[in-house]
Amino acid sequence: MAFRSLLWRYSWVRPLLLLTPPLAWFVVIYLASLALLLITAFWTIDPFTTQIVQSWNLDNFQTILSEPTYGSIIGRTVLIAALVTVTDGVLAFPFAYYMARVASRRVQTLLFAAVLLPLWASYLARVYAWILILNHSGVLNWSLQSIGLPPANIGYTNTAMWLVFSYIWLPFMIIPVYAALERVPESLLEAAADLGARRWRAIRDVVLPLVLPGVVAGSIFTFSLTLGDYITPILVGGASSNFIGNVVYANIGIANNIPFAAALTMVPVAIMAIYLTIAYRLGAFEAL
Amino acid sequence: MSLRFLGLLAAAAVAAVACGGSPTTPGATRSQPPTATMKPQTAIGPGEGQLNMVLWDGYADKSWADPFQQQTGCKLNLHPAGSSDEMVSLMKDGGGGQWDLVSASGDADLRLIYGGDVKPVNTDLVPDWQNFGSFFKSPPYNTINGIHYGVSLQWGPNTLLYSTKKFPNKPTSWQVIYDPANKGLITVPDNPIQIADAALYLSKTQPSLGIKDPYELTQKQFDAAVALLKQQQPLIKHYWALATDEINLFQNGDVVVGAAWPYQTIQLKAAGAAVDETIPQEGATGWADTWMLATKAQHPNCAYMWIKYVSTAHVQAQQALSFGETPVNTKACGEMESLQVGSCAQYHADQTGAAYFDTIKFWKTPLLDCGNGQNNCVPYDQWVAAWTTIKG
Repeated sequence: MAFRSLLWRYSWVRPLLLLTPPLAWFVVIYLASLALLLITAFWTIDPFTTQIVQSWNLDNFQTILSEPTYGSIIGRTVLIAALVTVTDGVLAFPFAYYMARVASRRVQTLLFAAVLLPLWASYLARVYAWILILNHSGVLNWSLQSIGLPPANIGYTNTAMWLVFSYIWLPFMIIPVYAALERVPESLLEAAADLGARRWRAIRDVVLPLVLPGVVAGSIFTFSLTLGDYITPILVGGASSNFIGNVVYANIGIANNIPFAAALTMVPVAIMAIYLTIAYRLGAFEAL
Repeated sequence: MSLRFLGLLAAAAVAAVACGGSPTTPGATRSQPPTATMKPQTAIGPGEGQLNMVLWDGYADKSWADPFQQQTGCKLNLHPAGSSDEMVSLMKDGGGGQWDLVSASGDADLRLIYGGDVKPVNTDLVPDWQNFGSFFKSPPYNTINGIHYGVSLQWGPNTLLYSTKKFPNKPTSWQVIYDPANKGLITVPDNPIQIADAALYLSKTQPSLGIKDPYELTQKQFDAAVALLKQQQPLIKHYWALATDEINLFQNGDVVVGAAWPYQTIQLKAAGAAVDETIPQEGATGWADTWMLATKAQHPNCAYMWIKYVSTAHVQAQQALSFGETPVNTKACGEMESLQVGSCAQYHADQTGAAYFDTIKFWKTPLLDCGNGQNNCVPYDQWVAAWTTIKG
């Protein structure tokens, strides 16, 4: 009885009790591991035993800034992530537009299934499928040669990585854009038509601004997923296709140099922080 | 553990060895590892009922692991590791009481030994040790100052794999993988230990650098090897991570020459590809695996029973054929022939002479300590960092 009256008297107690377990989980499991990562980045390892030495210094960050290789690896990662995002945005918009506003209910369901179908298959199987398409005696070169064109040797290059990433993350762009497009009220388009706007003008001036947060929300997925990937570069990349993730993996998996890996991980964390700030300004979080 | 304590231990160990008389088979001579004074057991007691192992996938295949479990009652708990470095991190703190044995490769051995994670073993408890090729009784990657920190298992050379269509004449030098004429048609492993392959090549082609051991490089020698690999980088089609990647590259005609294991050659030939392998005039690097006993092993009797069992000629031959590698037990050759005719020579298992093993430089962890009293060699973490800059 007393407990119930307490809940009644102090209205903030109930939400506090409800929120404490998930909040504690978030703080302990999610934020604490990030904090540990940040701390480790300022330590080093003993070159002889590869044990972590807990002495505070900036050596890891200095190495990243002074060695041009890391700069070019970070640059490559960000550039390909950006290219993939733009490619997926350009591909997803007309597709999602057709799906949301033109297609019949039946076609819409079919298209939805088609978009989601690849997600049922393993990531690795889908990357290997692309190896079969792009390699020297693969489907692509075979098709080109059978219509009398010279072979396009893009297997094991950065172009191959761009193609494969664009393919793998496309559903993550289509779905938020579709959701945003579906929310645009038909009445706004009718009003635009009443005021004399042609279809293209209405898309440009009415639909696009309303859908932009959806596109930005999708781009958060495509950009961050590409930024953090290290498997596709191993499998389809060429001689110089290292991503930030590959260097992190090499430092943890091969050198056991966790402090350096932690320092390098701070780079994508910083990039995503900037990206999310811009996305927030563009209203992306309202579309999620 | 503090460095001072390590120093004390080392001093105590040196004293113990000095009192105990001079060892007969030295292996490598270098500073004393932290577990050197731990006395190995002198007999195998009754089994503890289980055995926990960190090992390469396939190293406890059912075909020989099941009979072992039936014979000894030791239930096997296996943790296949993805890399040497995963093995090292799992074995931290002497296996933590969780792991008993690890099938470590040469590039991890010295890290485990000097990390104090593994302890000396008594080879007298492994009767087949007497039948091992003389090199594998006390190789420098698992035997320090005459103390054995493990029992050799299997090995393989890193060979030069080439397309017989592109090279009708067998290439005689590793030069073909550094040759701009083969631009875009070369593949090498994606592994920092590859720097040793470049160092081995330079030791013969540029004697003025004075490279004696490709794993013990001074900064100047190391820089020369890295420079060679940076020149090679634009010529590479793909740095392979998995053996199957390289097999696909050769099968699809993406590459015509590369560094490989006998496993790839055997698989490609079986698939009808026009390829062959060779060990060029400069020699080759190689890997060799060792069963090592965790410092905090909870099931040492089962561990010794396992080592004893997998060292027998029959199991050695079974594992060699199942995995595509070479046994260290010289008696295994006949067993291999009875399982698969011609396999003994195909896997180089008939090679026992010192002359052959002089051409193979086996993987070992690069350390600051050069093994000759000097501490000016480039340690492994810098190999990893340099490998990143080579790939760019």
